[in-house]
Amino acid sequence: MSGAALLEIDNLSVDFATERGPLRAVSGVSLTVGASRALGIVGESGSGKTVLSRAMLQLLPRSAQVKGSVRFNGRELFGLSRQALRQLRGREIAVIFQDPMTSLNPVLTVGGQIAETLREHLGLSRERAHERTVALLSEVGIPEPERRARQYPHQLSGGMRQRVAIAIALSCEPRLLIADEPTTALDVTVQAQILDLLAREREARRMAIVLITHDLGVVAGRTDEVAVMYAGRIVEQAPTRALFKDTRSPYSQALIAAIPKLRAPPHTRLAAIGGAPPDPTRPAPGCAFEPRCRYAQPRCRTEPPRLAAVTEGHACACWFPLTEPTVLSA
Amino acid sequence: MAGSGRAQLRAEPTLLRVEHLVVEYGVGAYRVHAVSDVSFDLKPGETLGLVGESGCGKSTLARAVLQLSRPTAGKVLFEGTDLARAGGAHLRRLRRRVQLIFQDPIASLNPRRRIGDIVAEPLVIAGVRDRVERVRRVREALHAVGLDPDLVVRRRPHEFSGGQCQRIAIARALVLEPQLIVCDEPVSALDVSIRAQILNLLEDMKARYGLTLLFIAHDLAVVKAVSDRIVVMYLGKMCEIGPSAQVFEAPAHPYTSLLLEAIPLPDPDAKLAQRVAAGEPPSPIAPPSGCRFRSRCPLAQSRCAAEEPIMREVRPGQFVACHFAG
Repeated sequence: MSGAALLEIDNLSVDFATERGPLRAVSGVSLTVGASRALGIVGESGSGKTVLSRAMLQLLPRSAQVKGSVRFNGRELFGLSRQALRQLRGREIAVIFQDPMTSLNPVLTVGGQIAETLREHLGLSRERAHERTVALLSEVGIPEPERRARQYPHQLSGGMRQRVAIAIALSCEPRLLIADEPTTALDVTVQAQILDLLAREREARRMAIVLITHDLGVVAGRTDEVAVMYAGRIVEQAPTRALFKDTRSPYSQALIAAIPKLRAPPHTRLAAIGGAPPDPTRPAPGCAFEPRCRYAQPRCRTEPPRLAAVTEGHACACWFPLTEPTVLSA
Repeated sequence: MAGSGRAQLRAEPTLLRVEHLVVEYGVGAYRVHAVSDVSFDLKPGETLGLVGESGCGKSTLARAVLQLSRPTAGKVLFEGTDLARAGGAHLRRLRRRVQLIFQDPIASLNPRRRIGDIVAEPLVIAGVRDRVERVRRVREALHAVGLDPDLVVRRRPHEFSGGQCQRIAIARALVLEPQLIVCDEPVSALDVSIRAQILNLLEDMKARYGLTLLFIAHDLAVVKAVSDRIVVMYLGKMCEIGPSAQVFEAPAHPYTSLLLEAIPLPDPDAKLAQRVAAGEPPSPIAPPSGCRFRSRCPLAQSRCAAEEPIMREVRPGQFVACHFAG
């Protein structure tokens, strides 16, 4: 891995014990995020994207059985003491979640919560922390920051709460921000504002972002690279433009094709993917997408394909990767 | 947006005609103006898409059409009969011809009942006494939505995925062979790969049963995929109504344009919105005077605060409530 790598995940697998037997949520995932890069992780429910993000933060429950390694800035995170992890999380690695109402403390003012982070991690005095809080609220686009700082989360709209969560995440100048479905709970006009805010702050702070989403539209314009996940594995990883314009994995292709396109006339039949994702407690011996794949061959049923490079920086886990460049109409 | 007026109503025979519909909740200073003077109509066999952000009143409107919450004022004419005035047995009889599909397919099915009983329930309520007839119609409806009746009738909702539960909910809506189905965010809770299956299914069912659909969603691309005409709502008011292809290609209302520009397109070469709609919708407890969109509108002038715009035709069939649009 190159020296510029900020986050390196190597052959990570996460299992959970369930009543129906072991559930493999993440299976042999390797990923690298360079300093000040933006990586999108795209997948449907149950693809493992959220478990993967929790592993990056070492926020997995104790019941999780983990194999592989996660290194931040060259330092292995598995086995770090709780104290050391606390120092790292919030300070160098920050996170924002889908629902800011559940990640904010309902009985503390929003200003109090930001100031708490600043005093804990940066050791600022009460007065300095307050000044910085108001400045941060203003930076993330909250009008009347002095007044808003004294309010409680329930007094703010969903978009405003997500701005507060971003202010907390940015407060200690992290080098990596993990954003897990940051705009899924928001309206489309507010979503655009929040995505723009994240892009602007990434640029200004030279911070890396991992953007986890189910929405290919969210990653298309705002990431350098995208990893597509299906049934716990990465099925394709590519520079963002190549993922859309030179799609190699049949799953990525089917996912892109299934999105209703604004330019298509009304009543255009959608290219649906038949069937449903597999049961994660009953892994198939071959490729997990095989039962739904229109290009499946006998080999796909028996042997799982590994992620392999198709061109420089573009990898695909498929025995028969697509070769024709994709003709895409949005 | 926001305007009033009824220039957009058509003369031809309509299946559903909503006139000057008002729905308000609460009292005094906390009165919520959820739907304020909305008028539209639906011809038999047509799909009308209703889009807007949270709080625009789209779900309240759906519930008011079905009389699940009684409108404060206005008419809901179903084949000429005002549902808002119809009571008791008469309303129950009319309701058989109007069904509803909800956003959360799992929550909308009773977890303790078997699929066969869930789908049969509308028939029981409608007084279909013959058990053999009920079984026949349940099986037919399940088959129509792509489920094998033999495999599903004895199972319970938790054994099914979200997409399958939505198929079951559609079967339940179809079993009485209604004329109108109100779909309130029917695919928002589903994954992309499943969403396309359900949208295709709705289109198939519409053709097969000759349905008329009122299709509510916040995702404009989803709405466009199924709708003949589109209504855009903001804070309880209609902004624009027109043929869907036309509204998307040449949006007349500034809010429609902002909404369209804000959609993240699955295309890395698509230009990101240059002017993102500033701010957030104000509270429906104290909506702005005049045009309700004026506090976020790039075209707003003093007239917009003083005078509410009335719906007017800007292109054939396309109506907009804005003083300056078009």
